[in-house]
Amino acid sequence: MPETRSKGGLALSDHEERARLESEVRKWEGGPVAKTLTRNPERKESFVTTSGIEIPRVATPLDVQDLDYLNDLGLPGEYPFTRGVQPTMYRGRFWTMRQYAGFATAEESNRRYKYLLEQGQTGLSVAFDLPTQIGYDSDHPLAEGEVGKVGVAIDSLRDMEILFDGIPLDKVSTSMTINAPAAVLLAMYIAVGEKQGVPSEKLNGTIQNDVLKEYAARGTYIFPPKPSMRLITDIFEYCAKHVPEFNTISISGYHIREAGATAVQEVAFTLADGIAYVEAAIKAGLDVDSFAPRLSFFFNSHLDFLEEIAKFRAARRLWAKIMKERFHAQNPRSLMLRFHTQTAGVTLTAQQPFNNIIRVAMQTMAAVLGGTQSLHTNSYDEALALPTEESVRIALRTQQIVAYESGIGDTVDPLAGSYYIEYLTNEIERRALEYINKIDDLGGAVAAIEKGYIQNEIQESAYRYQKEIESGQRVVVGVNRFQMEEDPPKNLLRVDPEVGVRQAEKLKKLRAERDNDRVRETLRALKQAAQGDANLMPVILDAVRVYATLGEICGVLREVFGEYEAAAL
Amino acid sequence: MSSEQKIRVLIAKPGLDGHDRGAKVVARALRDAGMEVIYTGLRQTPEQIAEAALQEDVQVVGLSILSGAHNHLFPRVVKLLREKGMNDVLVIGGGVIPQDDIPGLKEAGVAEIFTPGTPTAEIVKYIREHVGNR
Repeated sequence: MPETRSKGGLALSDHEERARLESEVRKWEGGPVAKTLTRNPERKESFVTTSGIEIPRVATPLDVQDLDYLNDLGLPGEYPFTRGVQPTMYRGRFWTMRQYAGFATAEESNRRYKYLLEQGQTGLSVAFDLPTQIGYDSDHPLAEGEVGKVGVAIDSLRDMEILFDGIPLDKVSTSMTINAPAAVLLAMYIAVGEKQGVPSEKLNGTIQNDVLKEYAARGTYIFPPKPSMRLITDIFEYCAKHVPEFNTISISGYHIREAGATAVQEVAFTLADGIAYVEAAIKAGLDVDSFAPRLSFFFNSHLDFLEEIAKFRAARRLWAKIMKERFHAQNPRSLMLRFHTQTAGVTLTAQQPFNNIIRVAMQTMAAVLGGTQSLHTNSYDEALALPTEESVRIALRTQQIVAYESGIGDTVDPLAGSYYIEYLTNEIERRALEYINKIDDLGGAVAAIEKGYIQNEIQESAYRYQKEIESGQRVVVGVNRFQMEEDPPKNLLRVDPEVGVRQAEKLKKLRAERDNDRVRETLRALKQAAQGDANLMPVILDAVRVYATLGEICGVLREVFGEYEAAAL
Repeated sequence: MSSEQKIRVLIAKPGLDGHDRGAKVVARALRDAGMEVIYTGLRQTPEQIAEAALQEDVQVVGLSILSGAHNHLFPRVVKLLREKGMNDVLVIGGGVIPQDDIPGLKEAGVAEIFTPGTPTAEIVKYIREHVGNR
């Protein structure tokens, strides 16, 4: 399709006008700027974003010379989706306010979910504990000390039923942060729906299901890459037919950023992972338009306010181009990067925790100005413990105040056309693409991870960031400047250390009460299916329905698939 | 211990916690400060950590944990180190560890806990001043 370049708005209409502006800028730099600098030098020798992108003293049309409105920005809901994936965005509906929550037992987490829904959150988000995330039952030796600490302990369908007790699955959407055993938790969710009389076709939600970032940054992998990708593509295929309203994956940059990556790296490594998933699914025989509309993403909202806004816009545009030009997707919905955002936990401090409320507010605004579909805001005690009711309520109110009182949702993509924002959007896209090409040269995301390339890039950035803080170059208020003597924090959430014992008792009871012959049958069928190449979702569902435990199911899969061995880096 | 010999440190991630940014940053900072550092990687049991400490003949073991399982895992590591005869090894820790838990951990033999916001320079200084003092 021939490009028709529009000449309105940002671009300079002709060579003469550009030359004149260049001349004016030179005069200004040589005159008023130089004069000011001799009297009052700037705060830093150079100003760069977290990604190392040079920050102009002032951005002008010269910084966005080739920008073409229709081709590069377009209209909301239309390719390349720079301005947003829906035509009316928050004028139609605010982003989903979805607080990540879960701790101790299903009973306690169920209470917290009801509290959050009462306080006005509009979607659920389940945090599972580490044994659950890594496919171990609460009574496994490696689970000792870990049960219920970072999320809810789910050992079987029985726990899942309790978790959603009194919560109608046809009325609420649920995001589950579960990766290696995502198929099992999804099966449990479907089974809970069945018991509530809600068919799987009506279930709404997301499973994170993004194993590549586990290897690169988050660490809750179980199986090696090949069988993990098989599980993921099985889920794509199954859901396309039976759970069409579910996002089958949340391709994540949040954790990559938390591990130390820059904004550019966050976009690059996330989209590179996305490319790997699309390729795997196509290789498994799926048509791209059959699964791509249900891919979703998950990004971080960090401290450099303007870079973050540009980052979200760049990610949308870059993904749209990749899906169109590289994968030839035809369905417009296959080209849309829809995403959830979480404010950056790593930026929150243990010192003077109330300051974190301000940080989270800024990060909220960046995510909204960047067009997120869904948002979790961290609580002020993020660096200290899991949230209390009070601290999570303030985090939720932050979203509600931005939504209802700031007005930034009343027009779509308000910062479009800003010379600086468009310059940054272009730069982030350009640099992310460079990384993606490099990763392609290495053989793709899986190969890049196996070679340690992505991990090394992340580590380098993390170390650089820490050096900047320790040298004082990067100020963290309350930590390396504006410190004060503080009393130790009070009233933090503590998880009862007896949770592990209680869960073990529940498991004993469950194993005594269920039909163990049926359990054994289903686990045998699972083993057979895993050894072949049948879709594993139906056999996992069978096992889940008869109360096989998560540990038992994952135990079979561990037997067949083996475990991932992280290379010593 | 002669001044030419580098201080040997094991940085370990006990338990199921997958957050390794801090552990890697500390390992790098200690290396930059002239120490010999071995990083165990994720998902180490207390047994694996004690064995690695013995094999690598380290003077310092640094434990990193953000999952809340520190009260269970840290004392186990110390106990196993002592059982293996490593009575002089300095055990330090860091991560997300509530202030209230620190006295208990110290009683169990952890020399110091470095909480969020601690500059790596402080950890370097601490090790230099306390290594071999038991």
